[in-house]
Amino acid sequence: MSEDAIIKKFMYVNRKSPYGTIYALESLEVVLITAAFDQEVSLTFTDDGVYQLMKDQKTDGIGMKNFSSTYAALGDYEIKKIFIDKESLEERGLVLSDLQELVWEDEDEDYAEKSSINLVSRADLSKIMNEQDIVMSF
Amino acid sequence: MKLGILINEGPYQHQASDTALQYVKAAIEKGHEIYRVFFYNDGVNNATRLATPPQDDRNITKEWSALAKNHGIDLVVCVAAAQRRGILDKGEAERNGKDSDNIEEGFRISGLGQLVEAGIQSDRLITFGD
Repeated sequence: MSEDAIIKKFMYVNRKSPYGTIYALESLEVVLITAAFDQEVSLTFTDDGVYQLMKDQKTDGIGMKNFSSTYAALGDYEIKKIFIDKESLEERGLVLSDLQELVWEDEDEDYAEKSSINLVSRADLSKIMNEQDIVMSF
Repeated sequence: MKLGILINEGPYQHQASDTALQYVKAAIEKGHEIYRVFFYNDGVNNATRLATPPQDDRNITKEWSALAKNHGIDLVVCVAAAQRRGILDKGEAERNGKDSDNIEEGFRISGLGQLVEAGIQSDRLITFGD
């Protein structure tokens, strides 16, 4: 890859519920490609986007493909930073245990599984966004 | 400044593409370089040459095409998003056994890697979407 010397911080901001529109699914597709380019990738789930990570999704009744298991593979793509907007969870009556547990394996510690999930306030999220090179919002 | 542009909404339904068009024209006038315009989500619908808006309305696809022709701007349509929505060039139409293509001159179909590359190579990546 010609641009292998450049590593930028890419953040993907997911704002929509998983099946009402295609944004969640197509966001995930860009995320995986970005990771394949060896960039530093993080994800934020805010507004209705927090629903994307809900456990036990069943889509049989709406005739759409359930892609929620793909999130569990993010750790394998070296995506270790998942930010959940605390206020968005609270506004929807959700708690962290309603969401999938996403982990990555730390090869420096004998592949110990570590959580990728960070529950952050909107104020902190805005600071984290400011540190990014690229923010793409879906 | 070197700018990458991402357009995530289709024409007419949403203002995103119009705004991006005005932005790109203004940026060129001010001497900035447009590294690439990438069309994703319903944004791929900006690339169909079969759209026939009323004559007293703007033709967004033709305007993009003219910009590509006059300023050498790279207009890239995401292949996966395009296939879902029936936007095809000749090669894609043949590969998928379709009876015709519909891509406007000046646009090309390629992978999402082109968007990531635009992010890496540009000074700014600017999203026009919902």
